[in-house]
Amino acid sequence: MDAIGWIILVAKVLIVFAFLMVAVIVTVWAERRTVAFMQQRIGPNRVGPFGILQTLADGLKLFFKEDVVPAGVDRAVYLAAPLVAVIPAFMSFAIVPWGNTFRIGRRVVEMQLADLNVGILFFLAMGSLMVYGVVLAGWSSGSTYPLFGAVRSSAQMISYEIAMGLSVVAVVLAAGTLSTRGIVDAQAGTWFGFVPHWFAISQLPAFVVFLLAGIAESNRPPFDLPEAETELVAGYHLEYSGVRFMMFFLAEYLHVITTSAIATTLFLGGWRGPIPPFARPVWPPLWFLAKVVVLVFVFVWARATLPRVRYDRLMAFGWKVLIPASLVWVMATATLVALGPVVSRATLVAGTGLAAGALALWWLARVTLARRAGIRAARPGEEVARGGR
Amino acid sequence: MTGQEMAFLALGAIAAAGGVAVVTARNVVHGALFLVAVLAAIGALFLLLGAEFVGWVQILIYVGAIVVLLLFGLMLTKAPLGRGALDNQQRGIAAIVATGTFAMLTWLVWHAFGDERITFVRAVRTADIGNALFTSYVLPFEAVSVLLLAALVGAILLAKKD
Amino acid sequence: MSLAWVLTLGALLFSLGIYGVLARRNAVLVLMGIELMLNAVNVNLIAFDAWIRQGNATGQIFALFIITVAAAEVGVGLAIVLLVFRRRETINVDEVNLLKW
Repeated sequence: MDAIGWIILVAKVLIVFAFLMVAVIVTVWAERRTVAFMQQRIGPNRVGPFGILQTLADGLKLFFKEDVVPAGVDRAVYLAAPLVAVIPAFMSFAIVPWGNTFRIGRRVVEMQLADLNVGILFFLAMGSLMVYGVVLAGWSSGSTYPLFGAVRSSAQMISYEIAMGLSVVAVVLAAGTLSTRGIVDAQAGTWFGFVPHWFAISQLPAFVVFLLAGIAESNRPPFDLPEAETELVAGYHLEYSGVRFMMFFLAEYLHVITTSAIATTLFLGGWRGPIPPFARPVWPPLWFLAKVVVLVFVFVWARATLPRVRYDRLMAFGWKVLIPASLVWVMATATLVALGPVVSRATLVAGTGLAAGALALWWLARVTLARRAGIRAARPGEEVARGGR
Repeated sequence: MTGQEMAFLALGAIAAAGGVAVVTARNVVHGALFLVAVLAAIGALFLLLGAEFVGWVQILIYVGAIVVLLLFGLMLTKAPLGRGALDNQQRGIAAIVATGTFAMLTWLVWHAFGDERITFVRAVRTADIGNALFTSYVLPFEAVSVLLLAALVGAILLAKKD
Repeated sequence: MSLAWVLTLGALLFSLGIYGVLARRNAVLVLMGIELMLNAVNVNLIAFDAWIRQGNATGQIFALFIITVAAAEVGVGLAIVLLVFRRRETINVDEVNLLKW
């Protein structure tokens, strides 16, 4: 690579870094405002127009707070854990293509940091490294509640990683490539002239599984058991304060944004959209951004509406519903891909039918589980009532 | 010395130092973290040797799942700290056996492959690995899948509270 | 790059793994020693694969198999360790000697 190539690379890294930081700041503010709106409150509205600078003010406050290191912690691990949480969250954005290529003179610039041949594998690997920040923070704090948070988190992450990996496998089978750019290219074109070839449509079960597993992987409500306030005070980051606490906060929101970006790439056609003829290189990043914003809103929406899941229900849901459903879907996709050259039109029909079937199965399993749990919960109550009489 | 050789030496040094730390650490969790360093260095070494897919699988499975499981086990079994609690009385014999193995293997390796060189390292396409896996090696693949299933059933059976 | 360097690294990791398995009392640390040995084998397989460089990447495929086997081994091993801990309140391998005579 020559000098100009390096300059372009550094510029891209800086752009991505700046985008992620600004996106986190805006997301935190937007989440607080949205949740407030949904709960008929007002939310932060003092600092700057509509309170948009609130996060910045909070960040400054945390930055200048004393960085307390309690006695009895495992010092080296305690100090390193926030960094371990943040770095993979940043790195997994490297493989996300946020736009098409454009030209500067004779040079073609890709709007993506690194187009790895095995890009999706890189994302999964980074996602699996994310658990270390939580586990190390919880263990090194040397205190009970953080340790519970760490144990919960490691079990939860490993379980939901399988479901997430399987949903990605279905997409990879359908697209025939592991490269994120290739997956976006596989979603070009439309059905009937207006329905885009998004995997969110033809791979609907995988999309649902990916979103649920993504929420669980980023420890967001309703799956935020590792930091459940009502049970574990603050979970794994209980002992942290100041700038190190801010890093965990940053990592969580980075994870939300990265998961949304990857979901956009895998299922919503990435940067693709109906491009107006003027200002061509500008539109793909805008389409990409719009889709990411919608998915981030889904994360916020889930937080505002759904109550926290009980821990055993969380594990049961992961192992007994999500993993079997995505396994069945991988089998179905593989069959369809194998039949692909023979029956092209029928594939689509069968695919949609199977999607509906799988969704129905999932719904049935959910209802059955809920009913069984309901019966089990009701039984002791009856006995108490009878005993009272 | 080429860039590849320098990168190998750096990664090898990390892996060797980390390996020594794994087997001598006085704190079990620190031992697991050193194991992470070793595994990550080996994963990078695979990338260096043109095994891109295996390198990232190494990070994903070993670092992301196996060591997390080990940490999970360590946290659930609250292991005591210190050398006496973690090591047994055979440390001397173990060191002799390990040194002997290392000396013998090293002599053998240099005797047999002393002047062989890895000349040109081209990354293997993932599609080629997939094709070979499902054509030439489909029988071992099936055997491994049956092994995984057996391990899954066995682990559930063992860990179940009766 | 000389093939023997990589193989020497593999030999070193294997010997360290042997030391770990023989000298440790804690069962989880013994498992870590086994992981080191399995990784040493993987290093050798990848090195030979890069050296021979034939069409179908045999070394890499067997490295994948070994990673799978390692995952299965850790799963079953940890289940046993947790079971022993639940029954005996210890995971020191030299105190778990009921099957020895």
